[in-house]
Amino acid sequence: MRGKLAKAFELANTQVYRHVPLPKSSANFLRRKLFRALLTLQGQGAFALITLAVALKKFGTARGVVRPRMLQEIFRSGVALLPMFLFVALALGFLVVGQTVSALAKVGATGYLGSTMVIVIVRELGPLLAATLVLTRVGTANVIELGTARALGEVEALEALGIDPVHYLILPRVVGMALGIFGLTVYLILGALVSGYLFAFMQDVALTPRDYLKQIAEALDWLDFALLALKTVSFGFFIAIVTCYHGLAQPLRLEDVSRVAVRAVTQGILVCVLVDALFIVLYLVT
Amino acid sequence: MNANISANVIEMAGADVVALRDTLLVAVEDVNWTVASGEFWVIGGQQHSGKSDLLMHAAGLIAPARGTCRTFGVETARFDETQLDERLRVGFVFTGGRLFNQLTIEENVALPLQYHQGFAMAAAAKEVAELLDLLELTPFAGATPSTLAANWRQRAALARALILKPDLLLLDNPLVGLSARHRQWLLCFLDQFWRGHDWFGGRPATVVVATDDLRAWQHPRRKFAMLDKKTFAALGAWGDVESATHHAVKDLLAEPMATIT
Repeated sequence: MRGKLAKAFELANTQVYRHVPLPKSSANFLRRKLFRALLTLQGQGAFALITLAVALKKFGTARGVVRPRMLQEIFRSGVALLPMFLFVALALGFLVVGQTVSALAKVGATGYLGSTMVIVIVRELGPLLAATLVLTRVGTANVIELGTARALGEVEALEALGIDPVHYLILPRVVGMALGIFGLTVYLILGALVSGYLFAFMQDVALTPRDYLKQIAEALDWLDFALLALKTVSFGFFIAIVTCYHGLAQPLRLEDVSRVAVRAVTQGILVCVLVDALFIVLYLVT
Repeated sequence: MNANISANVIEMAGADVVALRDTLLVAVEDVNWTVASGEFWVIGGQQHSGKSDLLMHAAGLIAPARGTCRTFGVETARFDETQLDERLRVGFVFTGGRLFNQLTIEENVALPLQYHQGFAMAAAAKEVAELLDLLELTPFAGATPSTLAANWRQRAALARALILKPDLLLLDNPLVGLSARHRQWLLCFLDQFWRGHDWFGGRPATVVVATDDLRAWQHPRRKFAMLDKKTFAALGAWGDVESATHHAVKDLLAEPMATIT
């Protein structure tokens, strides 16, 4: 495993970059940035492929160790965030859904309510907000934990024990984040829709719960459910890959950890936006 | 795991040892070294002389840039999951222990058993408890590494390396940071382990230690080698070390014991 890690990441990201740097003139600033971005992209792509390969190859291996870790990560990326998500769902309902319902009711456009809710909450805001919150809460912790473990030599200690670091450290985090973001998104959407209606109800909007739910149900089709699941799982997968890559796949010193955590969160947000854009194209095509 | 030990446990031929932190950097050049089964080797060298990197090559954690490195007959450049049986015959104790900080001492020691032999924690508990008792770690079983003193962390790391009953034990500067009592305990325990301890089935083991102070390892049956200026040199037995005129050997012998805290 060490060899694979060394070849796929360290060589690409640190040694080649360190030994063959581009001239540090201001004219080369953009080229340096682009070069570095491409190296990072290459490293993260390789890391994602290795993680998938390990997941397939070691499916069921060391279940007694890996399964509890997966449950622990699902708890950390999902269950433990439920109280915070309840607050966010209420806020989203009050701030966005309730006001939208009130505004549409005032202009007599409640017929657009269902499709507006589906586009704004189900397709866009719900998944993206859930992913961003998990990234900031759990993704940052991932980078710090793994980065510290890497800096303190725990990764070499795992390898010396014949334990694959990707299998033991990364796979549970990927599964935990993918399932956690999926579950939290569903929870967030339901919470926002319910609290939004309550807000509108308090404003005496002439819309019965039955009509409200009927309109939303009519605006949803099976593709929304399928793409919602795919999108949230993709968010979880890519956030886990980006944060774990920065924490684990590069040689780190302790003083680098905080800087790397900031970079990982920035790249995580970028990745979320890119994945979201990809799904917008999918929605438009289908 | 405890299959018959081949005649040579470690064989390096023309190996260029690279540094862990930068695998393009050669730390020791052209190492020709053979460790036979049941030998106790002490590798001396100053800081950054490549001792740790040499041990990591022997453990199959890094492949040499040039030449070959074989452990239990398997070339370590290909020391991956397919050679897991050979890898698990090697125990490695890092400087400072490198315990997993999220786990308790008991969980740290049980991890290799759980991962490789599919033991649940309850099933591994008996064996782990025995080993912790042997290493006087029982009172600290539920503690996390960060709450322990360096003496006990190092001992816990030894327990983790020994839980799979390895045939070859590699120790990287194991006396660093230990108090006099713990240093003495470790030297006695390693001697017992090397000769064949009952808990490990009574069979003799192979031990390789990297150190920056040769004096603590003085013993007529141990073999000594030295790393200096990217060169590996086998010195022979303790008598040869004492009579060596090389300044680097003298430096390693001159290190007063009191400086090792």
